[in-house]
Amino acid sequence: MALDKATVARIATLARIRVGEDELEPLAAELSGILDWVEQLMAVDTDSVPPMTSVAEMTLPMRDDVVSDGNDRDAAIGNAPRSARGFYAVPKVVE
Amino acid sequence: VSELVDLTIAEARDGLKARKFSARELAAAHNEAVERIKPLNAFITATPDLALEMAAASDARLAKGKALPLDGIPLAIKDLFCTKGVLTTAASHILDGFTPPYESTVTEKLGKAGAVMLGKTNLDEFAMGSSTTTSYYGPSENPWRRPGDNRPLVPGGSSGGSAAAVAAHAALGAIGTDTGGSIRQPASFCGIVGMKPTYGRCSRWGVVAFASSLDHPGPMTRTVRDAAIMLGAIAGHDPRDSTSAPVPVPDYEAALTGDIRGLRIGIPKEYRIDGMAGEIESLWQSGIAWLRDAGAEPVEISLPTTKYALPAYYVIAPAEASSNLARYDGVKFGLRVDGDSLDDMYEKTRAAGFGAEVRRRVLIGTYVLSAGYYDAYYLKAQRVRTLIGRDFAAAFERCDGILTPTAPSAAFAIGEKADDPVAMYLNDVFTVPADLAGLPAISVPAGLSDGLPLGLQIIGRAFDEETVLRVGQVLESAAGFTHLPSFIA
Repeated sequence: MALDKATVARIATLARIRVGEDELEPLAAELSGILDWVEQLMAVDTDSVPPMTSVAEMTLPMRDDVVSDGNDRDAAIGNAPRSARGFYAVPKVVE
Repeated sequence: VSELVDLTIAEARDGLKARKFSARELAAAHNEAVERIKPLNAFITATPDLALEMAAASDARLAKGKALPLDGIPLAIKDLFCTKGVLTTAASHILDGFTPPYESTVTEKLGKAGAVMLGKTNLDEFAMGSSTTTSYYGPSENPWRRPGDNRPLVPGGSSGGSAAAVAAHAALGAIGTDTGGSIRQPASFCGIVGMKPTYGRCSRWGVVAFASSLDHPGPMTRTVRDAAIMLGAIAGHDPRDSTSAPVPVPDYEAALTGDIRGLRIGIPKEYRIDGMAGEIESLWQSGIAWLRDAGAEPVEISLPTTKYALPAYYVIAPAEASSNLARYDGVKFGLRVDGDSLDDMYEKTRAAGFGAEVRRRVLIGTYVLSAGYYDAYYLKAQRVRTLIGRDFAAAFERCDGILTPTAPSAAFAIGEKADDPVAMYLNDVFTVPADLAGLPAISVPAGLSDGLPLGLQIIGRAFDEETVLRVGQVLESAAGFTHLPSFIA
């Protein structure tokens, strides 16, 4: 499966990673190489095989919906590159 | 007392209890060793003061005769585990300056068992790699060199710093994580023991997530007994990890009886791959003979889906990674590169913060999860994963453990395979299947090839770490691997 430049640009946007115009071509070749190699999976007959959804074969446990840990605003925002008045600060969003 | 760094965990535990030396002396000797192995770049952050402080607390307990299971044992921690108040980087630029306000379950359990933390070890960025060369903090070096060849070799990866530190006698043991082979392959490359327990056996809470259905914390040590001791301290149910298994933890050390008579050991014919070094095939044959001599019965088994495990892994792991790494956006922690808008800030931050391999995997993962490709790639890979699980289930009807080589080669030079991602991925060909199936597996040093260590792997049934450890120890005794790397702290 060969990816073209436009497809790489589209997935880079979906992944929110800025990729320079000059990097698109080499990246397309690299990613296509990996996908070509992955294509061998298509040779496996999986028609009646369900996808694995849980490696541990267990059902997710339930817990009470209460605060059990955390609830410490200052610790939570303590690592933020920018915060203001107890909130994370980001560039202005106007839509 | 330089010989303090040459002890095993079991020996150090006995020495501490007998008051032959103090935990502070043991910690100080290791702090110096960590300093001396700086050329290997095995540690991202050393914590010598914390080590001495923890050792002093151990000494106080030891003096009262109230020793905890790992009291005073100096260990290195892969820098993928959140440690309260200690820089945690995942070897990525994007986590610049991140100091967790909480402690991972595994390191918390080690602390409660009395262990002493020496520092945080280097790894491939976000644990994505098999060489510890993709770290933002530079590559780690293997303490081993090929005789007559001065080129620095990779320690394997992604837990390469942990493996190098243990092999070079700068830590009595270390914690790693294994997603595709990241404990066992570096253990093989550095001539030490590495164990990945069953998925769900050790909590993932507080481990920087790479691929959540595949990430397994586990011990890296110089002996199988030491691995059993460490595993006993870190295993157990944790309600904070919803995939943590609510099953009791047996006494792993007690499982090391040396008696494997009557056990059936499966030899999977599909693990003979083209281009595998002759030494690896002959070491594998030696392993079969050793186990037979000890009274086990080798049986040929078939794991027919084996050749598809690696391509399935390289769909599933990047898919999960692309989702897990969405949290690195310049808002809550780590690096931020300013932008004109929120999206511009996200895109610039992630472009600057992720290295080439991480970017590659996030893009692949985004692609295989995107509309129109999800069924063809992601669901297909998860179906193949079901088949791999079934292969093992069928095999374990006929055997109690499986013996394979750990890796298809010995350590390679830093820079080798760097320009071909797929060649690098092939390192994990023998380790990935046990990750996909969530089964316990150990790598034990078994011999040398061209002067470099090679490991053999034992894979067991889910939650049967005891058999894996028992067979591993018999293999260890028979191999009698006593070689040391050229560089020792």
